Formats: sequence, structure tokens, C-alpha cells
Amino acid sequence: MSPTLERLVRHRTRRTRRRWTVICGFLALAVFLFGLTLSVGQSVVAPRDVLRVLAGEPVPGASFVVGQLRLPRAVLATLAGVCFGLGGAAFQTMLRNPLASPDIIGITSGAGAAAVFAIVVLQMSGPIVSLLAVGAGLCVALAVYGLSFRNGVGGTRLILVGIGVSTMLQSVIAYLLSTAPSWSLQEAMRWLTGSVNGAQLQQALPLLLAIGLFGSLLLSRVRDLEALRLGDETASALGVQVNRTRMTVIVSAVGMIAAATAITGPIAFVAFLSGPIAARIVRASGSLLLPAALVGAILVLAGDYAGQVLLPSRYPVGVITGALGAPYLLLLIVRVNRTGGSL
Amino acid sequence: MTDHTLVATGLSAGYDGKTILHGLDLAIPTGRITIIVGANACGKSTFLRTLSRLLVPTKGHVLLDGASIHRTPARQLARTLGLLPQAPIAPEGITVADLVSRGRHPHKSLFSRWTRKDDEAIDSALAATKTFDLAERPVDELSGGQRQRVWIAMALAQETDILLLDEPTTFLDIHHQIEVLDLLTDLNRARGTTIVMVLHDLNLAARYADVLVAMTGGQIHAFGPPGEVLTEDMVRTVFGLESRVIADPLSHCPMMLPIGRHRMAGHEAA
Amino acid sequence: MTADSLQATAKVAGRAVSSARSRGLWLALLAAALAVLAVLSVTTGTRAVAWADIAAALGGAQETIGQSAVALRLPRTGLALLAGAALSLAGAIMQGVTRNPLADPGILGVNMGASLAVVIGVAWFGMASAQATIWTAITGAAGAALFVYTIGSLGRGGATPLKLALAGAATSVAFSSLVIAVVLPRGDIAGGIQAWQIGGVGGATGDRVLPVLPFLVIGFAISLLSARKLNSLALGDDVAAGLGEHVAAARAVAAFGAILLCGATTAVCGPIGFVGLMVPHLCRLLIGVDHRWLLPFSALGGACLLLAADILGRIIARPGEIDVGIITALVGAPFFIWIVRRQRVRDL
Repeated sequence: MSPTLERLVRHRTRRTRRRWTVICGFLALAVFLFGLTLSVGQSVVAPRDVLRVLAGEPVPGASFVVGQLRLPRAVLATLAGVCFGLGGAAFQTMLRNPLASPDIIGITSGAGAAAVFAIVVLQMSGPIVSLLAVGAGLCVALAVYGLSFRNGVGGTRLILVGIGVSTMLQSVIAYLLSTAPSWSLQEAMRWLTGSVNGAQLQQALPLLLAIGLFGSLLLSRVRDLEALRLGDETASALGVQVNRTRMTVIVSAVGMIAAATAITGPIAFVAFLSGPIAARIVRASGSLLLPAALVGAILVLAGDYAGQVLLPSRYPVGVITGALGAPYLLLLIVRVNRTGGSL
Repeated sequence: MTDHTLVATGLSAGYDGKTILHGLDLAIPTGRITIIVGANACGKSTFLRTLSRLLVPTKGHVLLDGASIHRTPARQLARTLGLLPQAPIAPEGITVADLVSRGRHPHKSLFSRWTRKDDEAIDSALAATKTFDLAERPVDELSGGQRQRVWIAMALAQETDILLLDEPTTFLDIHHQIEVLDLLTDLNRARGTTIVMVLHDLNLAARYADVLVAMTGGQIHAFGPPGEVLTEDMVRTVFGLESRVIADPLSHCPMMLPIGRHRMAGHEAA
Repeated sequence: MTADSLQATAKVAGRAVSSARSRGLWLALLAAALAVLAVLSVTTGTRAVAWADIAAALGGAQETIGQSAVALRLPRTGLALLAGAALSLAGAIMQGVTRNPLADPGILGVNMGASLAVVIGVAWFGMASAQATIWTAITGAAGAALFVYTIGSLGRGGATPLKLALAGAATSVAFSSLVIAVVLPRGDIAGGIQAWQIGGVGGATGDRVLPVLPFLVIGFAISLLSARKLNSLALGDDVAAGLGEHVAAARAVAAFGAILLCGATTAVCGPIGFVGLMVPHLCRLLIGVDHRWLLPFSALGGACLLLAADILGRIIARPGEIDVGIITALVGAPFFIWIVRRQRVRDL
């Protein structure tokens, strides 16, 4: 092996090792937060008892709290976080802009508007609301994609069209809320804030399905997605079918985000922030999808824990991520614009 | 030497329903350097983009080894036909080695591992472009000339037998322009890579081209060795400019001297 | 896409309208439309009122239900007129100052800045007086405008439409999430703020409108006087400086006028979006890019638009009402998308 080749290999090994170290760190943190949610709350359950509950043994005083209350909550928070993080990072990578997250380009507001409509006007509740929200999120994504189509889809145009659509949907939501009777207003508001309150274990099933189906679809495109970061033309020169890749990414990312939104409501900024946070820590090397998914889970778990246990009064997780995410978001815009904009 | 052939037949293409190329025929000479010149908006970039599959022709075909490139699987095509666009985008913070390794994309499938052959391709691409010492530096920190060499290295790592370049010398000063053109010539000589590029500078084009293509109005006006193509008549028709063409004392290639209305010693322009 | 597209619009417009006479004609038409709309706004509503009652109400009588309904519609009409003119003028100035066709007080997050400031004032400092609200709203608007413009113009290429729009949209999202965080622990004020957040002219009374008048008057004056400066700025900073303009000062003065206008408007009406985007674009198609004409036209056009939107909101949802902010967003967002689609990708 020539000395230059050897150096090259060493360089690559170092980058790969760093990446996997970070990913393992994220994983450990997520597991820790998961355990924390299970064992420390208003009451403390010893880790040994938590494990026994998880193993299915009846433990007096812990079975209900851990098994019925905390476990569904932690599972849902983790899965929703993975969905938001993965979907958001996929959008940001594809459009080469960290601000192009589903929160900004209308997908979240589309799902929200549909849910509020279902709750306030059609007086529905339960899974049907979620189903409508998923459908609406997908429709809005396709509408934005279609409206920005002119000689192919320019990433820039897609973002701007998304902003327009999002603004319009926001005002629809505002109107529906203003006409809502107080009982459905509360229901709608709770849905719009995003929380894992009242989580049930069977709600995890649709999320698992979404992650299994759309997540693997996304991960199968991970190399093409990476090539897209070099610009549409370079990607095309490298043998990527740009439009087809984009379509796959949009459908699967929206599918995951809408599924999570349907179950937990839009948890503010998780889709937005997971990618950039992961990027800061991993540094530019390899795909961000996996680290972003883990960061998403960490954000939702930590936010929910803070909202339930650490603060004097209880807040839904969406309020916590919203309040903490907003300043970081502003910081992010500053940084993005100063450096020219990639993730 | 390679024996891939790239041929355009009856090619028409354009944007927004506006046709820019009008039924253009051209066989790219295999293993040579072909340089396309022409006035602004004559369709030379559109032609290159159609050749490289970025643009779907409205009529006609681009045939690689006799098969239409728009029907060839993208990944397979990208192992034979490479393109360096005018303004490629480097993700923030990416290192040179990492960027160059992206050129291996068409050779990888989802589950294939990184192999010795990949590392060797990158190694030789870095060596050919003299960018090895930059390998661990972030691309953002490089100068314009260095950056262009890195992008060429990425295209080299792709190991295609045909390489298309859209104005590879724009934004570079004259020193770096020569450096890039010399590098591409080295490549052509050493690997037999077929090179097709669009250039603005007529004199540099005449010097570095084996075959010069002059385009006007979305069609090919002249095609052949620079000595035959670069004539005063051609410059008049294609660029609408009066000129004098003399032999470049260094390369003996033709060299075009524009005739303006002022500062002409001894005689006024026609 | 900035100056060029405005120029291109001007070319189209220039062919249709070249002389000052046709501008005069359009001006007269707009004024007539405004008068008709104002009359309509007073006469139509959820409740049908007889002409005799309307006449009596205009004279100050409030004896029948119809008469008091009309008495409520008068300040509402006035406010819609003023707010429309102010927002649209502010939009025209922002588009001129930033040379950016997507500039609008709503999209650039300026209205949201005013909202956040007012919400914080009410929730944390118990702010109640109209004067305090106006000052707070203007401060918030100014802060947000400065923030969005500064971060939008960082980095390569300066304040491109994409960067500004994204910075504005993201700032709006961040601010609205902060608004929720501020309001949530305060159930007592949540309802009022919720209603104000939508943006409407429905609850207008003389007492609420009068305090903003001085701010609006100063804002109108500054804005209209900066027309010539905006004409120079339209040619690019370097050319404007070459023409002897103090670029930074000109920009600051004009922007100050715009901020006064949209801050004061937001204080009374809440955030109303897209008026400032739509009207100047339409006016440019009619009369070209000369700001000396464009600014007054935009003001008139904005007044017409908001009056029309308000009347529409009262008619289509009988017996209820739809707030004008919702109508403008529903009409304005497609308009925004249309502008975006019209631009060529590389110009973005």
C-alpha cells in the first residue's frame, strides 16, 4: 500500500469512527432518558423494579405507574421523536437548507388545519382525526410540490411556495379556532400543542409501522440523498434520478411526520432542530438521517420529562420544545445565512 | 484508450416551451478534446446539458454506444459519462477527501462496502489533480483555483471515459485557467478520456481543442480542427465581430485579434 | 429577481400606461371605488338597516338597533380604510427598501414582532392603555424588522428574496411559539389575545382608533416624502450613492416610516398579512415603478382592498363574521405563490 493511499484510508477510518462514536453516544443518551422517564417521576421506582415490570412480573406499587402510565408515554415520545427527526432531516438534506423543515413549508400546518377542522366542524375525535391529519399532510406536501413544478422542481421555489401555503393554512386554523365552541376549542388546542399525555401502548403500532415502512424507504435512498447535497446537476451526473429520489423522500418523510403528528400533535420544532443539532455534533461526514432520528427521540423524551417533572406546573412537551426551540431557531437562521446555508 | 461513442442526432431542446437547439447533429470524437464556443445564448450550455441528460430533448436523440442515454439506467450511464456543472454545491464543512469520495457514487449500491478499488480511485484522482495535500481540509476554505481542481478530482474519481465540463474556467484568474486546461489535457493524454467542454475564451479554446465546435442560433456553424474552424469569417458570422486571425507564435494554433473602432495602429476598422 | 423583475413589470406597465393622464384616470377610478366601498361598508352588515336609519345614524342618532349598528360600522370603516392604506404603503416601502418583491410586513415577521411585544406587555407588565400598546407594538415591529433584515442580509448575495422570506417565516414561527409560551400560563388573558392575534377591524371604536392617528399621520408623511429616495435606491445601492443619495440614511428613514405604519396598525387591528404584498404589485402593473405615483396609489388601493375584504367577511359568513385578516391571507397566499412561480429559478 502506497503511503498516500494509507493516509487516505486512515483519514476515512477516523471520520467513520467519529461518526459511529457520536451515534452510540446519542443512543446511550436516549436510552438513559427512556429509563429516567420510567423510573423517576412524582414517585421513584427502583431500576430493578422497572426491569421487573418490563419483564412482565407484577410488582406492587410499580406495575401500574410504570407499566400503564410511564411506559406508553416513553415509547410514544421515543417513536414520535424518531419520526420527526428522520422526516425533518430528510427534508433539510433534500432541499439543502436547514430552514426548509416541514414546520416551515406547510406540512405541519396542513395536518393541523385538517385536525382542527375535524374536531371543530365535523365534531370528530379519536383515530379518525389522526387519519385525516395524515391525509391532509400528504395532500399539502403534494400540492406544494405540484405548485412549485416548472421545468422540474427548484428547491428554492418549493420552500417559498411552502411558506405561502403554510401562512394560508395558519389563517384557516385561526378562523376555525375563533368560531369553535369552548369544549371543542380545548380539544383542538390540546391537539395543536403536541403532547404525549394520555398515551396508550397500542398507539405505538401505527408509529412503528410508519418507521418500518417509510423509514426503511428513506434509508434505502440514503446515498442518493447524500449525492443531492452536491446540487441537482452534480447528483444527476453521479447517476441519481433526481426527481424520483425527491418524490420518494417527500412521500416517506411526510408519511412519518404526518403519522407522528396524528398521534401526538405537532411537537414544535423537533423536526426542525434535530438535523441541525445532529450536524453540529457529527460534523459533515456521511448521512445525517440516523443521528437526526436519535436526536429527535432525545429532544422529545427530554422535553416531556422537563414538562412533567422538572417544572413547577405541568406543561405538554410541545410547549417546552417550542419555548426552548425558538431562540435556537433564531440563532440557527443567523448562522445559516452567515455561512451560506447548507445543513 | 476507450472506444465509447457519443452522438447527437437531430437534437432539439429548450426551456419553458422555447426551443433553443434546432435539430443539431454531432458525433463527439472519441478520445479527443472537443471545445464548444459561441456567442451568449447560442445554445452551447443547453447542448452540453442535453448531452449529459440534464435536459430531455424535445426531438432527436443522444446516443451513447448507439443507445439513447435517456433510456439507459442513470447509474450505469454515470459510470461512462461524467459531468462537471458550472456551479456545483459543496456541503458546508465537507473535507476534500470526503467530497472526492462522493464521485464513487455510481459504483456503489446500497449494501456494497467501501473497497480497496474505491480508495485507489480517490488516491489517483487526488494525485492527478495535485490536491492530495488538501485532502483533509474543508472545501469552504480553499481558493477558487483549488476548489475547481477538487471538483475535477471528484469527476475523475467517478472514472468515466467521457467527461463533460460546463465552463470549467469561469471565476478563475488566467493562471488558474491555464492550470485547469493543462490538467484536463494531461487527463486526456494519460487516460484517453474523451473531453467535451464549453469555453468562453476563443483563443484558449483554439489552443487546447483537438476539435473546435462553433455554434450559432442553436445550430452548429463549424466543426473541425481549430486551424480550420477559427477563421475571420467564422468570427464574423458567429460573434458578429471583425477580426484578424494570426498564428499564435507559441503554439502555432490560430489566434483571434478583435478589431475595434479605436486604438487600431495604422488603419481604421471596416 | 429584485430590481430586474420590478423593471420588467414596469415595461409591461409602461406599454399600457405611459402618460400622466391615464395615471390621473386610474387615480380617479380608485378614489371612486374607495368612496363606493366606504358607503357599502356603512350600509351592509349582518343586520340589514333601512336608509333612513343610516342617515339618522350619520347625524349621530343611536335610537334604534339599526342606528346603533351603523354607529358601530362608522369607526370600523374608518379603521379598515386607514389600516389598509398603512399596511399597503408599508409593503410598497419595504419592497423598495429591500429591492425584494416578496417583502411584506406579514412575511418579514414584522407584524409577529409587534404581536409578541404586545403579548409580553399585557401578560408580564399588565399593560392596558392604548398609548402603551401602540408604543410597544411599534418597538416590537422595529425590533423584528431590524432583526429579520439583518439576518436576511448576512452572507453571500446580501438580502436575497429567499433569505429574507425564510428569515421572516422562521422568525414568525419562533415568535408565535414564544407567544404561546407567554400566554399559556395566563388563562385570564388567553381569550382576548387569541382574538386579537387573528387580525381584524371588527371591534373598532372611536376611542381605540383615535390614539393611533398621530402615529399614522407621521408615518404617512415620512413614507410619502421618501418616494424620490426609493426611486434612487431601486437602481441599486452603488448607483444610488453615485447619484448622490445617502443610501443608509435614505433606507433608514423610509423604513422608519413603514415601521410606524405597520406597528401602529398592528397595535389596533392585530397582525393582518399580505395586504402589503398584493396591492403594490397590482399598482405596479397599473402605473409602473415610479414611487412618486406608486406610493399614493398603493395607499388608496390598500384602503380599497381592506374595505372590500371586511365587507366580504361580513357578507359570506352571515350571521357571523370572518375577520379581515383571514380573508386577506386566503386571497394573499395564492397571490404570493403566483409571484414566486413567475420568477425564474436562478433569480431566486
